[in-house]
Amino acid sequence: MQFTILVYETQTELAARTDPKRKDAYWGAYRAYTKALRDAGVMVGGAGLEPPRTATTVRVPDGKRRVQDGPFADTKEQLGGYYVIDVPDLDKALEWAARCPSASTGSAEVRPNMPPPPPGA
Amino acid sequence: MSDAAAAAELAARTSYGRLVAYLAARWRDVARAEDALGDALVAALETWPRTGVPDKPDAWLLTAAHRRLVDGARHAGVASAAETDLTLMLQEQIDDQRGARVSDHRLALLFVCAHPAIDETARTPLMLQTVLGLDAARIASAFLVAPATMSQRLVRVKAKIREAGIRFEVPERHEMAERLEAVLDAIYAAYGSGWEDVAGGDPRRRGLAEEAIWLGRLVTRLLPGEPEALGLLALMLHCEARRPARRDSRGAYVPLREQDVTRWSGRMIEEAEGVLATAAHFAAPGRFQLEAAIQSAHAQRARSGATDWEAIALLYEGLLRCAPTVGARVAAAAAMAEARGAETGLRALDMISPDAVAAYQPYWALRGQLLKKLKRIAPARDAYDRAIGLTEEAAVREFLMTRSSETR
Repeated sequence: MQFTILVYETQTELAARTDPKRKDAYWGAYRAYTKALRDAGVMVGGAGLEPPRTATTVRVPDGKRRVQDGPFADTKEQLGGYYVIDVPDLDKALEWAARCPSASTGSAEVRPNMPPPPPGA
Repeated sequence: MSDAAAAAELAARTSYGRLVAYLAARWRDVARAEDALGDALVAALETWPRTGVPDKPDAWLLTAAHRRLVDGARHAGVASAAETDLTLMLQEQIDDQRGARVSDHRLALLFVCAHPAIDETARTPLMLQTVLGLDAARIASAFLVAPATMSQRLVRVKAKIREAGIRFEVPERHEMAERLEAVLDAIYAAYGSGWEDVAGGDPRRRGLAEEAIWLGRLVTRLLPGEPEALGLLALMLHCEARRPARRDSRGAYVPLREQDVTRWSGRMIEEAEGVLATAAHFAAPGRFQLEAAIQSAHAQRARSGATDWEAIALLYEGLLRCAPTVGARVAAAAAMAEARGAETGLRALDMISPDAVAAYQPYWALRGQLLKKLKRIAPARDAYDRAIGLTEEAAVREFLMTRSSETR
């Protein structure tokens, strides 16, 4: 069963990506986590996302285009990336989410991936 | 907090399990016993501030809970034959109150919780909820399970006890050893795998260590003639004694061999040694006594300043003969590496099936450490990386990253 782990990071963590003093620890932790997922054979895919300030949000209400700089919502924790994993059940998915570096500092949200909609639906 | 609220809380903590066990044994329904007692506690919080705390809070709670159960049964249209039973029960309960003691059915309840018909993963949560009154959300966090899932599991397992007619009784002599092992396993699962985890304590389960030790003490009190129950208590006390030394003043992780022994709890070690000595009188060694003996050997460092790794490695060999778990095999390899060299330890690790350790952090942490010692730089870093990726605790992650970066 596929699950997505949404990696929510705090401002401080996002800043660690480029901070010369902290970037090795930051990237080291994610590299190791990704490797552990791969080596355990549960990794399906995923990506890291550029910081929220690079976001552009598009809305088309009533056919009128509205484009806005910045993320959908301005919150304390921002989506920093995601992993798609294939594990037997939610218990196992939570085990992996707990090991995600963002679980120590921000959070790691787990959602089951929806199966494709039935044909004709 | 008001006196009444404090008294209700105290009653809840000190007698919850005893009252649930009593009610559940009488009514053969754990879920309803808990509901009725919960209602009684709510009623107590409403009533006691006006009337004052009764002389015997337990008896008051029990009467109130009984009334709920009787009402509920009447409401549900329980056959009239049961009415006689109900009257009898109430009479018995009044007698109990006169004796000012609720007879203790907690031992039977513990055996129900760890009954072979109950799914192994549900046993510890069930015990924590019925005997200690912990709520499902807290248990769910400790076991890293979604709270809704944990609630459902508990409801399902209580229904099973009722429907399968699992009996509230202490097993007969001939099946005692096996049934007791299940009870002890469930208690140990609540304590967590902290000590055998080469890299350090498991934070998820830390919150339940106290509860597990409480349950361990309860079993030794209710079954004083069982050396394995004493062994488990000694084991948990030894591990708990070292908890303060697992972090330094800055919160950084400190592995066992580098721990400052002055930060170990001498009082707890002493108690553990006493309990283990009592167990030894029965001359019936078992898994938990061996595990406690291993921890006792580690504790000697506080006195002698050194660790006898050869003795520890031999104790592990004994342990592996009766309980060859992955955790024990990795810990045994660590002891062998200390006593007989990193190569020997590594060979012991190589003999463990790769499937069993794909997501087992202590294996990779130890592997990294041994390869580093053998100056096999690239594989050492690879193993460390795997361990780091499998680590939940930020302090342990940091520790492993430092060790890995020193590998060159």
